[in-house]
Order: sequence, then C-alpha cells, then structure tokens
Amino acid sequence: MSTRTRGFRPDVDAPEWKGGHSPYDIIKEGTIALLVIALLTLLLAVIFGSPDESAITIKKWSNADPIDFATTALSELNGTSTTATYGAPYNHNGPSQHIGPLQLAKWVGVRIPINTAQDFVLNPLGVLPNQPVLDTALKTWKRANATTKSAWLNAYTNASTKMTFVNGNVLVKTSTSGPVPVMINDLTMMARSGALDQDLLNGNGFYTTDYTEPLLFLSDGQYLGNLATEQHLSGDQWGMMNETGNYPGQSWLWLYTFWYQIPPFNTSASGDALVWGVMMLLSAVLLFVPLIPGLRSIPRRLKIYRLIWREHYRDSAGSP
Amino acid sequence: MAFLFSIAALVPLNSKGHYIHWHFIDISVANLIVIVLIVVTFIAALLAPFPGRRRRKESHE
Amino acid sequence: MNNAEIDRQWTTRLRRRVEGKLPPEKLLPDTQPSYVASWIYVFGVATLASLGVVIATGCILALRGPQWWHGSPYGHFVNSLHLWSVEIFFFTMVIHLWGKFAMAAWRGGRTLTWMTGVITFLTSIAAAFTGYASQSNFDSQWITTQAKDGINATGAGAYFNVLNLGQMLMWHIVLLPIAAVLLTALHVLMVRIKGVVPPFEDSASPARESLPVSE
Repeated sequence: MSTRTRGFRPDVDAPEWKGGHSPYDIIKEGTIALLVIALLTLLLAVIFGSPDESAITIKKWSNADPIDFATTALSELNGTSTTATYGAPYNHNGPSQHIGPLQLAKWVGVRIPINTAQDFVLNPLGVLPNQPVLDTALKTWKRANATTKSAWLNAYTNASTKMTFVNGNVLVKTSTSGPVPVMINDLTMMARSGALDQDLLNGNGFYTTDYTEPLLFLSDGQYLGNLATEQHLSGDQWGMMNETGNYPGQSWLWLYTFWYQIPPFNTSASGDALVWGVMMLLSAVLLFVPLIPGLRSIPRRLKIYRLIWREHYRDSAGSP
Repeated sequence: MAFLFSIAALVPLNSKGHYIHWHFIDISVANLIVIVLIVVTFIAALLAPFPGRRRRKESHE
Repeated sequence: MNNAEIDRQWTTRLRRRVEGKLPPEKLLPDTQPSYVASWIYVFGVATLASLGVVIATGCILALRGPQWWHGSPYGHFVNSLHLWSVEIFFFTMVIHLWGKFAMAAWRGGRTLTWMTGVITFLTSIAAAFTGYASQSNFDSQWITTQAKDGINATGAGAYFNVLNLGQMLMWHIVLLPIAAVLLTALHVLMVRIKGVVPPFEDSASPARESLPVSE
C-alpha cells in the first residue's frame, strides 16, 4: 500500500476512523430482519391480498363489443391498424421512433415479422373447415389484384361507419366490397367462438408461450384500452405507476411516468424514445454521482448526515 | 393455516380505485400512502433515538 | 512438496487474495465502529431480508407453475406474499438509497459499492417488470402492450419481446434473480471489505490542508 500526500477532498475521501468499536452481532441482526420482514409480509398479505383481474380473450372482446372487434379486424386487413403501421420490429410500414438521428429500432430492423392482413385475418379464416361461402370469398380475394382489393376495402371502410351487429352478424350496407363483408363477418364469428384465440397461438405450433399475435390484435382495438382507462392505467393517467383496484402499484416508477404527462414527451411521435433516453441519462447520472463534482457535494451541503451521526459529533465535541 | 387461505383478504382492495388530482398530478390513494410512508419512515429513522448509547460510550473509553 | 510451485497455483493465489481482502473477522465481524448509531443503518439489511422473502415466495409459486395462483386460494395467498414482499423490498431499498446518499457513502474508495448498489436497483426494476409481465392476467396484458412501445423504441424490443410470456417468465425466474443475487452479494462483500463509511469531519474541526491518503 503506497501513500502520498495530497489535499483532502471531503466529498471523495473519508477520514480514517481511529475511534472505538462496539459489539455487533451481524447474524442476529440478519435473523431479526428476516423475521420482521417475513411477519410484515404475512400481515399485509392476510389483510390486503393481491389483485387478479382475469385476462381478456379475443372471445370475450368480440362478444362484449363485436363492432369494435369487426372494425379492428378491418383495420388489420386494410393495413391501417396500429400494428399494421408500427414499423420495426414488426414490419416496415411505419416510421420507427427516433431521438434526433438515432433510429435504434429501425437500425435493429424487423425481427418479429407481422403481416396483419395475413396473420390476423386471412390465415385464421383459411383454417376453418366446411365453409363453402368463405372458401369462395377467400379464393376471390386471393385472385384479385392490388387495385381491386384496395377498391373493395375503401368501399367497405367508408360504409363501416354505419356498421351494425344484428342476430350474430356484422352488417355493413355495401354492394361494392367484394368478399370483404364475408371475411369480416366470419372472422367475427370465429372470434366469438374462441377459435381465433387458439389459432393465433397455434400458428407457432402446438406448444407456445408466445402471445405476441393475440396481444397485438387485442391492443389494436378500443376494448382493452377502455378497460384500462376505467382502471386508471392509461399513460396519460400516470397509469404506469398504478395497479388495478385500490392496490398500490409501482411507485418507484414515478419519474418514468412523470415524463409522459408533459410535452414534448406526450406530444411527440417519438415520445417513448425520448422518455427512455432521458431515463437512461438520469440513471447514468445516478450511477456516476461519486465522480460528478457538485452533485457529490450535495450530501455535505444538505447536512442530513448531522442527524445520522449526531451521537458521534456530540461525543467528539465533548472529548478533549 | 387453512383459515388464512380461506380469508382471501380481510380488507380486499378490489373495488374501484381512488385517485387524487392536483394540478397535473394524478395519483392513487394507495401509491400516495406508500410514498408518504416512505418519507415518514425515512425521517423517523433519522430522528428516532438508537439504543445502546452506554455500550458505545464504554467502547470509546 | 515444491512450495514455489504451490505458491504459483491459481487456487493458492486466489485464496490468499481473498483471505487478504476479506479475512473471516471482516466477513463476519463482531464489532462495528461506534458511529454506526442510527436506525437508518437497518435499511440495508431490511432490503436484504426482503429480497430473501421475495425469492422464497417466488420459489413456492414456482413449485406449482405459473397458472397455480389463478385457481387456488393457497396459490393466490402465496402470490399475495410475493407481491407485498416486493413492495417492502422497494420501500426499504429506496430508504437505504436516500440514507446512503445523505452519508455520501461513496467516500473513501467506496465508489464501486455505490455503483453496484445503483445497478442492483435498476436490475430490480427490470425484475419487477418481468414479474408484472408474467402474471398472465389483465394487468400483464395491459402492462406488456404498453411497455412494448418504450422498449421497442430502444431497439431492444426486437430481442426482448415483452409480449412473449415464456421469455418474460424465464427472465423473471432465472436470469434476473441470478443477476440481482450476484450484484447484491458483490455489493454486500464490498461493504464488508471497505467497512461502513466514516462520518464527515466535524465542521468545528480545523480544516485539513493535506493529509496522508491511502490508495
């Protein structure tokens, strides 16, 4: 160990302790802490329990709000849904978020490819057996060129503002939409039966734990978001900090949640990227506090330490 | 032990959440209680007398 | 026996290095400096204890699988224990962080102790997030479909797919607990090696112009 003489920096260096030591039972302390925390946990669990709001299935969604489902299905087919226009990592159809010239999502690219028309509408419809009308509709769709498809979709979309749901069928007044009405109506029936939930998962094989497709489809509709808003979980309601019901949530996310409430974070199309950029910067600042002059002087200036070590200062002042 | 499980919760918190709005701040009562408790506990930890003073004085001498 | 050869062995060199830095009386001390006299000091061990309860309750949940707690009152109770131990964990960790900042606990060569603490804090947030993502209920559906936008924006979403329950669960029960425990162990060992930071010099004392400082 070498020594050299240089100026003592009170925010960096620590004086060598030449004072006394008192008995300390570290194992006893740890044991008591474990017992106290375990008891406190038990008490809180017995008194308050924990929330468990059931998951929303596509079946539940489409039965509760078939028009929202059918409208969402249309947006998946005509490529206007949030997922369809997302960009990386799902597709190339939208501008990814960026911070200035940094387009990290775009640079990493499409690694979870989703084609909403194929994956959410056409492929699921294609697995339904014994559906002659649907089979004809699907064949008609497949044979048509892009211009024809576009015309059908535009006609249906324009008419869908007056969509109704009568006797288990989605009804849109249009005669120039080709096979689109049959496809949307049949997908809605498939969803209401529960078969769409299963098909969106089984597309990946018998065993899967990857819920990417059903979750993206679900989040493209209004239903899930409306339920979340009712529970005060939306981004503009400080939702990231919240839990369902009256349970405490994630109060440690207060700063992350805060940025989403103010411009430019809540107005920019790259709001998420900006928030993450700011939080990474602040985390780095927290990490490097010991190395940042000014910041590392705050404890000494705040003088809260005088409360912590008041006994030591009293004894030092009293000693000769 | 089965008694504990059968209770589910003495004071279940599954009812609609209560929220406090103050300017643009919108916070759940539950989270506010947690945050207030953290601050109160911190201050209490700073101020509360710590036992064993006599033992520490003896170790000095 | 060739002592020179034994001295050169990796095992011998590592053991001597560890013994030098952390002899048994430092690893398991029976005294502490008398300035350690405040309730603020209990929040480090309280955080450790909370982590222990989090892991223990998580292990019980793992015994019967990720769907157990939805259908069983016993499972739901264990889930409640797990949730509240996490709330207590963050509660105690935040107070510990505030206390250590107030003491400028990085002083005297303790920068790495501070840094391992901050990294453990950030790792814990990630562990909590993957836990919320693994609940397989409405809450996890909402949290993941929202969080994906932030994580996708960083580019990480292409590989860390929050909508993939299997991936989130494995990060939550394997990778992040291992990281959290290793970081916590490193953090605690550093406290044991360096000792608890001494108080600031009393402002009533004469100002130091220069002092021998050990490196």
